[in-house]
Amino acid sequence: MSYRLVCGIETHIELATATKIFCGCATAFGGQPNTRCCPVCTGQPGSLPVLNRRVVEYAIRAGLAVNCTINEVASLDRKNYFYPDLPKAYQISQYDRPICENGCIALDGGKRIRIKRIHIEEDAGKLIHIGGRTLVDYNRCGVPLIEVVTEPDIETPAQAGEYIEKLQAIMRAIGISDCRMQEGSLRCDVNVSVGGEGISSARTEIKNMNSVSQIVRAIEYEYSRQLSVIEGGGRVERATLRFDERTGSTVVMRGKEDSGDYRYFPEPDLPAVLIPRELVAEISACLPELPAARAERYVKELGMDEANARLICRYNAVAVFAERVFSLGADVRTATNLIVGTLYSLLSTEDEREKFDIFVTAEDFAELAELVAGGKIGVTLAQMTLTEMVSSRRPLADFRGRLEGMDENQLEDLCRKAIECNPRAVDDFLSGKEKALSGLFGFIKKQSQGRADIREAERVLRRLLKEKQ
Amino acid sequence: MTTVTTLSRLLRSGKMSASELTEIYIKAVEKVNPAINAYVYTCFDEARRGARLADKLLREGKGGALTGIPFALKDNIATEGIPTTCCSKMLKGHIPLYDAFAYSKLREQGAVLIGKTNMDEFAMGGTNENSVYGAALNPRDRTRVAGGSSGGSAAAVCADIAAFSLGSDTGGSVRRPAAFCGVVGFKPTYGAISRNGLFAYASSLDQIGSLSATVGDAATVFGAIRGKDAADMTSCAPTGEIDLKGEVKGLKIGICDEFFVGADQKLVDRISEILREYERAGAQIVRVSMPSLRYALAAYYVIACAEASSNLGRYDGVRFGYRAENCTDAAELMIKSRTEGFGKEVRKRIVFGTYVLSAGYYDACYKKACLLRQRTEADFERCFCECDVLFSPAAPTSALPLGFVCGDPLRGYRDDFCTVPQNLAGLPAISLPCGEDGNGLPYGLQITGRKFEDARVLNIAYFAEKVGLCKAKNIGGGVGL
Repeated sequence: MSYRLVCGIETHIELATATKIFCGCATAFGGQPNTRCCPVCTGQPGSLPVLNRRVVEYAIRAGLAVNCTINEVASLDRKNYFYPDLPKAYQISQYDRPICENGCIALDGGKRIRIKRIHIEEDAGKLIHIGGRTLVDYNRCGVPLIEVVTEPDIETPAQAGEYIEKLQAIMRAIGISDCRMQEGSLRCDVNVSVGGEGISSARTEIKNMNSVSQIVRAIEYEYSRQLSVIEGGGRVERATLRFDERTGSTVVMRGKEDSGDYRYFPEPDLPAVLIPRELVAEISACLPELPAARAERYVKELGMDEANARLICRYNAVAVFAERVFSLGADVRTATNLIVGTLYSLLSTEDEREKFDIFVTAEDFAELAELVAGGKIGVTLAQMTLTEMVSSRRPLADFRGRLEGMDENQLEDLCRKAIECNPRAVDDFLSGKEKALSGLFGFIKKQSQGRADIREAERVLRRLLKEKQ
Repeated sequence: MTTVTTLSRLLRSGKMSASELTEIYIKAVEKVNPAINAYVYTCFDEARRGARLADKLLREGKGGALTGIPFALKDNIATEGIPTTCCSKMLKGHIPLYDAFAYSKLREQGAVLIGKTNMDEFAMGGTNENSVYGAALNPRDRTRVAGGSSGGSAAAVCADIAAFSLGSDTGGSVRRPAAFCGVVGFKPTYGAISRNGLFAYASSLDQIGSLSATVGDAATVFGAIRGKDAADMTSCAPTGEIDLKGEVKGLKIGICDEFFVGADQKLVDRISEILREYERAGAQIVRVSMPSLRYALAAYYVIACAEASSNLGRYDGVRFGYRAENCTDAAELMIKSRTEGFGKEVRKRIVFGTYVLSAGYYDACYKKACLLRQRTEADFERCFCECDVLFSPAAPTSALPLGFVCGDPLRGYRDDFCTVPQNLAGLPAISLPCGEDGNGLPYGLQITGRKFEDARVLNIAYFAEKVGLCKAKNIGGGVGL
């Protein structure tokens, strides 16, 4: 018997509109509890929703970016359930006529993950548990969301991770969301079941994960758990689970018997949304270049290697920066290496890379890359300088002196000093150990703060040492 | 009954100030209201302040037809700073944070709010007996109901302790009490008046309407509060100029037998008399049929209760309204608050509405009801190819005795069949006083028009008023100006 993973993902993405989906309150993250709400988003009796046009436009943008068809008529529905963070006891969402349907995202290997639908809906508030009491913050109520639902096309945990990263990159590139999992502006629910010939096993849904790596681990764990249930002759029960980061396992939140009957019905307060074809065409025309296309262009036009192209295009802010650097005429290979090598090691988290607050202008960066490419300074000095520019938030001009390099006399003085101060290394070299020279290079690099050109220094050193022999 | 037209003339001529007029109304309310329970909350201080503002407007020559006119609002229309409770224990003491659109329009024009009027809890009922404050009584016979759900609004106008009032009409809640109390009740086209600030019962059917002594007053009030509101996406821009002439020449009046099932003979006879007068003035009577009418009532209750079950979910004891005590968790808090805070009729409709939307019953109940609603709309459309308006009873009988429907709840639902179809189709309809039964209790004639032809309906109704066919009878004891 051969088994395989069957996995689909529902992703909620908070839209970066200035105001909420059904009222004029601000959507900004944080803020004192219950300061960003009004009669509409707290469900005061008699209040009515007014659909934010921007939300529809953003959803259309999202749909077009992942190759969806945009429906001409969409409608809103009520999803009814009771919870203290849901002020109206229903969420306005979309049931059978979503804005977008039938799209797909291609993974690097060519595998396509089909997108079943994208619909708009409102977010709920937040419960805060303090000392045995539960408080409710309604600031998040009515923050617009899109929900992107895939078909169960994902076959490996790694594909799930790649899909989410691709989705994130696309949504950021089109500017509709910052897609930060930590802050909850991108949230995934993952459906997992075991497939295979003649197998029809129940699926489970895993919720509340806040990083891609957690999602990948959760799927790995849950798939193997279900496999062992089936191989042990048991049956997988339909359930909603949560991933416990500490134990690395999934825990049941609620079983099948508690699965909600949401009593969806058409929202009578909102007329159907008519989406004129001209609007779709207009939005389509304004869509920026998407990460995949951009990476492809970098490979084709700039001769960048594929892996680096993808690494750069994965973060919209980075790609925008790189584009400026290239347009200033910087050497692509050098600039790319500085970005992927130096900057990425400084910005280690996804979040930092996406924000890309480096305080280095594209002009300074391009100049630095040119100094390396033109052989004026070494790569090490460039990397060191870049690192300091980022951490001290100072412009390139402040490092000018160091970058001008050393003249022949200065270099010779430094080499003499190196020989004087490292008698052991000198002895070793003279007795035939070529490697001992690297000890001297280290000294020179350190003393010159990277200003010395090491190839030049080697030439001088060998000459001086030869004189000694 | 004192009309808006009369009062407006008095005020604008300077013969009386708005403040003086308001004091007269306050005295009348204090004298009359205890016996009929029309008002459940009075806001005399705010009224006096409002009157002073109105006097300023009048002095500056900026007074309009409603400046200084004392009026009442049904207790489900939001008033900032003034309790709005839907006559429910659930919302006792609830003070809204904002004004309903209709109320703010009236305030802008200087109308003076006297108080909030009695109603069936959350507008669910046809007799006003489902009120936590007790029923509003019919001023013409206090052993009879005022009708519902806007019973207090109708009783206040009938007893002459409000110059006009606003109610809400989901399945006849303005027209039915108007008929029972012998006043004019106008339910405009769905969306003609913003629902913003109207505490929802069934959103796709709810419509604010007016109760007044005359058709002319209904037209004045409608003109003042209609129009597109950015805060209500289902509201629409004004259609048709309101200019009451009472012209009926060439008018085609449709009569549909299905609307007359079970109607009192005296009412049927009176409508026939009225029709003859319209014919004499040049109108033509056309027989039409609405085969779907027998299903409309069922469709109405399924749809209304389904929407209500969702609309009333927000009353959970968490943010506002009644909250049960000594609860250990959120679920218990919600369940207990709702069980204790809602009355029996409301709970019944929530349970029923929840049922018809549930998995497995949705197709058989809710979806089918929506199809029947489309049939009702189609039937009306067909009728309106042959005629311009429909004449029918607003209710098959005169006001029922108190307690009558408590013994026969289905009867309470059944009697709505005359008024429910208009809500399903979103059509404008008006109820006019139309003769009386053997006990001197009024009947109501209902005129239904095409969607957005509110002005036309008012005009056709105005003819009956102009020639003295339909006139609200005075009972005395009120303001009497």
